[in-house]
Amino acid sequence: MPMKRKPHLSATFALLPTWFVAVVVFIGTMGWSIRLSFTNSTLFPSSTYVGFAQYAKLFSSAKWLASLQNVLIFGVLYVGGCLLLGFLLAAALDRKIRFESAFRTIFLYPYAMSFVVTGLIWQWMLNPTLGIQASVRSLGWETFVLDWVVNRDMAIYALVLAGVWQGAGLVMVIALAGMRGIEAEQWKAARIDGIPVWRIYVSIILPQLGPALAAAGMLLAMGVIKTYDIVVAMTNGGPGNATEVPAKFIMDNLFGRQNLGLATAGATVLVLGVIIAVAPFRYAMHVRSKAKGAR
Amino acid sequence: MKSTMKLFLAGVVFAGMLAPTHAEDKPTIEIMSSWTSGGEAAALNIIKTEFEKRGGVWKDSSIAGFGAADAAFQNRIVAGDPPGAKQGVIGLAAADFVGQGLFNPIDDVAVAGKWADALPKSIYDLISYDGQVYLAPTGAHGESWVFYSKEAFEKAGIAEEPKTWDEFFSGLDKLKAAGIVPVAWGGQPWQQTKVFNMILLSQVGIDGFLKIYVDKDKSEASIEGVKKALDILGKLRGYVDDGAAGRNWNDATAMLITAKAGVQFMGDWAKGEFTVAGKEAGKDYGCMIVPESPGMVYIADSLWFPKTGNAGTNKAQKLLAEVVMDPAVQVEFSLRKGSVPMRADVDKSKLDVCAQKGLELMSAGNIVPDQAIVLTPQQVGLLDDFVDEYWSGGSNETASAAENFFAIFE
Repeated sequence: MPMKRKPHLSATFALLPTWFVAVVVFIGTMGWSIRLSFTNSTLFPSSTYVGFAQYAKLFSSAKWLASLQNVLIFGVLYVGGCLLLGFLLAAALDRKIRFESAFRTIFLYPYAMSFVVTGLIWQWMLNPTLGIQASVRSLGWETFVLDWVVNRDMAIYALVLAGVWQGAGLVMVIALAGMRGIEAEQWKAARIDGIPVWRIYVSIILPQLGPALAAAGMLLAMGVIKTYDIVVAMTNGGPGNATEVPAKFIMDNLFGRQNLGLATAGATVLVLGVIIAVAPFRYAMHVRSKAKGAR
Repeated sequence: MKSTMKLFLAGVVFAGMLAPTHAEDKPTIEIMSSWTSGGEAAALNIIKTEFEKRGGVWKDSSIAGFGAADAAFQNRIVAGDPPGAKQGVIGLAAADFVGQGLFNPIDDVAVAGKWADALPKSIYDLISYDGQVYLAPTGAHGESWVFYSKEAFEKAGIAEEPKTWDEFFSGLDKLKAAGIVPVAWGGQPWQQTKVFNMILLSQVGIDGFLKIYVDKDKSEASIEGVKKALDILGKLRGYVDDGAAGRNWNDATAMLITAKAGVQFMGDWAKGEFTVAGKEAGKDYGCMIVPESPGMVYIADSLWFPKTGNAGTNKAQKLLAEVVMDPAVQVEFSLRKGSVPMRADVDKSKLDVCAQKGLELMSAGNIVPDQAIVLTPQQVGLLDDFVDEYWSGGSNETASAAENFFAIFE
């Protein structure tokens, strides 16, 4: 058992401003937003309370429901896709190939771009009259179709594609760093036992990369909740509601539609969603660290 | 509410007092607008030139995109640092700001310039709140226009402007057969809503249109009208190209300018793009009101004048209001922007054939207001959602969609 530490007064004082900022800025504005979600505020805050009316309106809105569904599809595929592709890239680079650092730069490069740029590039490439479809058709394949961005059923996957293209590099770098930390002895031992390479990666390397990949996944997941810019740049939520996301719904209502009440209700639901998603995870960590401490 | 607002206003005033009081003799103003396309920028420049000629100092804060400019403006207002002027439509969007006492009235300018006599009464009523004038109108836009490329029409063998929807669709078929994109479709929700509205007007007439949007009347006749409008809108889906989703209006206009497409449904600001490209109305391109339409949908632009607490800016705001309503500026501005002057007493000879057609309809009173004038921003958004969902959903269930339409007003 670790010794109970004495509180350090000067350190506490040094942290006071941060504490103040955290409480006032984060908790304060959050409370303010939640309060607004129970009012009928339009352009400016109002203090006429309407109970859960904004929430009722929110969940009767087809657009909001579509946005929740979309962010779920996008989130799962984006995080999953980035982790998978990132790991595969890292494994490939780990094979001591030639020009490794050049490849590393190329693969990581997309991550240095903003989502707006990524979105625009992919919008151009996938635009049927400008991009890949048009160029392939001009080469003679007249019936070639690649219209994901303008197709209701495929638009969300176009977003996933662009997102994975951007995010995989980050996972690759983190996974590669993790792989380099694995002792060469394990490789030698596995080789002597005649285990195939893919099996080494799946059964030996991957479990050891758990914490690194979890960190990468966490970073990506946080990006999913606030997904906004890539949607605006690529599809602007369309066609129809096909790529509408909660963050965009909230921004639209906050500014374009002058509806503070509905927007803050949406934001509150989003925060609640994050808490519900994170709480079991945190609890599991807490339980595990206690168990470790007791050992 | 009142007390928060007071506190907020006190903050605005306080911020104004803290602002450095330059001993500047020149009235300086920061103008926030979303007029960034070629024609729009040229039009804004007319106001700027005259304003500077009269001794003002102009600071441009243009932001591309109507929504983006609005969002930036709201942020600035809430932060207590509003720009001196903001371009915005006349209608319910401005009402909230005026109601909260955030705008400066420009009543004395309006009285001195006899605006009440120069402007149509309906417009004068729309820019006045509680008997005081707050907005300076820049120009009105007709939104019921079909622009067409004469070159494309010739290629397809269309001799004259179609008068009915049936003729119109057979014209589109001819364009398609000639290998031309029949409709240059602007694929953003707000553009689609405008097309829906112009078709609706052609189906229900002026009284029917006002009944739906002003009286929120949900009678059989209104539902039937919406249904017929949706039928026509749905039929148009077959005549747009693959790249239409999300397309900007000026990109669609460019398709007409290069004769890649036949027609475009758009407000008359599209003329500004033709003008910048050196195309002439009546010669290179034509303009017609949508088939079977008894009049046109209109929207009006204006400048808003937020309270900044700075005496120099107040002076500049009045000067700017004066400039905007100057008869010569109104005509020059309209020529660049493609709009119709707000003043009835201007020199009409310079206006092109389209603007003259528009002015005719307007002075005859055959106009109905755009949704932004009669609906709240929230309702406007829901209307956009409704039309976009119908258009992109590919549903042909127009009857049930027409029933859903009226949920916008709830």
